[in-house]
Amino acid sequence: MSDTPLFKVTIDNISIEVPAGTTILNAARIIGGDVAPPAMCYYSKLEGSGGKCRTCLVEVSKGSEKDPRPMPKLVASCRTTVMDGMEVKNITSPKVVDARASIVEFLLLNHPLDCPICDQAGECHLQDLSYEHGKDGTRYEFQRRTFKKQDLGKYIQLHMTRCILCYRCVYTADQISNKRSHGVLDRGDHSEIATFIEKSLDNNFIGNVIDVCPVGALTDKTFRFKNRVWFLKPMDAHRDCPACSGKVTLWNRGDEVYRVTARKDQWGEVEEWICNDCRFENKKSTDWIIEGPRLIDRHSVISQGHYAGKIGLTMPTETFSAVHHGRQPKLLMDIHSVSEVNQTDIDLSSINGPAHSNNFNSNKD
Amino acid sequence: MGRKLLLEKAHVEGIRYFDVYRREGGYRSVEKALKTMTQDEIVEEVKKSGLRGRGGAGFPAGMKWGFIAKPEGVPRHLVCNADESEPGTFKDRYLMEFIPHLLIEGLIVASYALGSHDTYIYIRGEYAWIPDILEQAIAEAKANGFLGKNILGTGFDCEIYVHRGAGAYICGEETALIESLEGKRGNPRIKPPFPAIKGAWGRPTVVNNVETLAAVVPIINEGGEEFAKIGVGKSTGTKLISACGNINKPGVYEIDMTISVEEFIYSDEYCGGIPNGKRLKACIPGGSSVPILPANLLLKTAKGETRYMNYESLSDGGFATGSMMGSGGFIVLDEDQCVVRNTYSLARFYRHESCGQCSPCREGTGWMEKVLLRLEKGKEKLVISICFGISKAKLKATPFVPWVTLHHGRWLLQSVILEMSLNGM
Repeated sequence: MSDTPLFKVTIDNISIEVPAGTTILNAARIIGGDVAPPAMCYYSKLEGSGGKCRTCLVEVSKGSEKDPRPMPKLVASCRTTVMDGMEVKNITSPKVVDARASIVEFLLLNHPLDCPICDQAGECHLQDLSYEHGKDGTRYEFQRRTFKKQDLGKYIQLHMTRCILCYRCVYTADQISNKRSHGVLDRGDHSEIATFIEKSLDNNFIGNVIDVCPVGALTDKTFRFKNRVWFLKPMDAHRDCPACSGKVTLWNRGDEVYRVTARKDQWGEVEEWICNDCRFENKKSTDWIIEGPRLIDRHSVISQGHYAGKIGLTMPTETFSAVHHGRQPKLLMDIHSVSEVNQTDIDLSSINGPAHSNNFNSNKD
Repeated sequence: MGRKLLLEKAHVEGIRYFDVYRREGGYRSVEKALKTMTQDEIVEEVKKSGLRGRGGAGFPAGMKWGFIAKPEGVPRHLVCNADESEPGTFKDRYLMEFIPHLLIEGLIVASYALGSHDTYIYIRGEYAWIPDILEQAIAEAKANGFLGKNILGTGFDCEIYVHRGAGAYICGEETALIESLEGKRGNPRIKPPFPAIKGAWGRPTVVNNVETLAAVVPIINEGGEEFAKIGVGKSTGTKLISACGNINKPGVYEIDMTISVEEFIYSDEYCGGIPNGKRLKACIPGGSSVPILPANLLLKTAKGETRYMNYESLSDGGFATGSMMGSGGFIVLDEDQCVVRNTYSLARFYRHESCGQCSPCREGTGWMEKVLLRLEKGKEKLVISICFGISKAKLKATPFVPWVTLHHGRWLLQSVILEMSLNGM
């Protein structure tokens, strides 16, 4: 790796040096924040993924130092490698913003938008994408394509209606199982993810397709309709598993484990694949050794109402001394010296019933 | 009368068979190339000829051959793209059906130039009867020592295999064709790497159209410079045009790219005018995926110059007021035809044939078809903003079809405006 030359690339006016062969998307992810284009089909853990959804389109305003011509078309940043001196515009390009809004519209054309009854709601990449990059309405006035729900074995249910055909589950099955038994049938807008015919997916690692699915097309049958993800507390936990690393995220409510998923990084990508046994069969908190709460920073709705990364009581910050450059407020008069109520030595919570002057008077005596 | 290179002998009786073809001077180029020229010399000759790919994009063929990687010990492949599925284009079918040996001859020379010992013809599934013709031609060539081991004693081995597609338009795109040839689902690959570096089975591969490969024969026979003298500018040589629609004499014509569009439509030598004295309304000059042109922009460019049947002149004005040479599927519409209906039927084709890999095309073509159908039935509220939206979506970056989708958005808009203006609205 040491002899790979470093290329300087400027994305949205932020320069960064990355090794040759890095894609624009990955360079932008190193910078992070809004600069990183959204990706619905690209998955860094899956070889060959990407280039399909077109949400990561960016404008290359300068090809490279040697050949400064801009690229004539918007390029898919997940599959275009950087060149030395390349200048890329993502959110600073109106063309990109416009194109991305169109792509979102396309992706939503045949999507049922059944978020209120969808288990993926709250952790759905398509939801995030449409909120961040979409328009507030559709111009599509025709019937949407529909499919029947399908059971792919005893753990996974397929809602083809919601699928955006990112091919991630196909690559996953190709790359982590020996034999893929599902794939894309048909073509165009009637193509579908399917097993031929009505087979079940029973590889021990096939549960990971649920995690890689950016939408609610593949859902966990042991968790369906049990709870909303934002009511659950994600906790890192592990167990001694003979098949996989056993490092998972538990989704708890109280002590009850509602579901088990793989740990996902800040881009929503699985860190380590986990086996079906860990995912579906170990739903008791005694099965797991809890490591601590998982920090969820990307899907804000899940972190709503949860502790912000710390355990225990979080005190509000005192602003007075902060705005007075560290000076403490000066106490002009202690109210307790003139008032008979609000005495500091009386614990209001230990008084039976509402506080009364008698409580204070009797205390004085 | 323009010069003919490919179809010169097309009407000789029995030209389909080896004996007649050989008697008429066939396979001279194989003898010349294999015995007197080196591989680089042939590539150089094709570069000199300025031959442009006849499949639609018009990329210089010699340059494409020059790109092929030559790693040590890795076989290379030549694949002939006979997956001619563009509505309105049927020139390759004619060529393969009536003079198959011309293609075989071109293939042998090109295989030699590229060092391909296993050469494939990927033929469209719907051309059910043509593989037999090709296989017969291959067998005849083999029996006469032009194929197989040690061709003409030069030590060069080459086999040609005919591979039938399963009837998908997308497999005419070179990387999808390669995927399909490998036995996979015909989805286009992401480029780079280009097929010239990593193509079929990860080996360097060149994919050329039937007509391009056939044109190699006259280039070798007469020399690249002679070939380049025919035609005009960067449009060298002759081009097969498959003309159809409202014309008196539909068929495949070989033109030398110096004639005007007007002459092509109205002269008796070519299309012979429009039947029943109707007026010309519009024309799709290069196969269904190129922009449609109304009569005024077809015969004259926006600048008022005469439009000629060649790559440059047809694309003069860009996608706004020009079109493309494409694959040479020349579709003429007379005043009785409805542009919207025509566009609808093409949109239906693209919807049906979209491979569904990239979202803009997968979703966009279906939407477009529905909008057009409603427009055709007179129920569309004429949402021109939709048309703009689709064409503005800038789908060009996708491997193949969204590029087509882009045209469709524009078409939709254009056909609506065209139909309105022609009806005096």
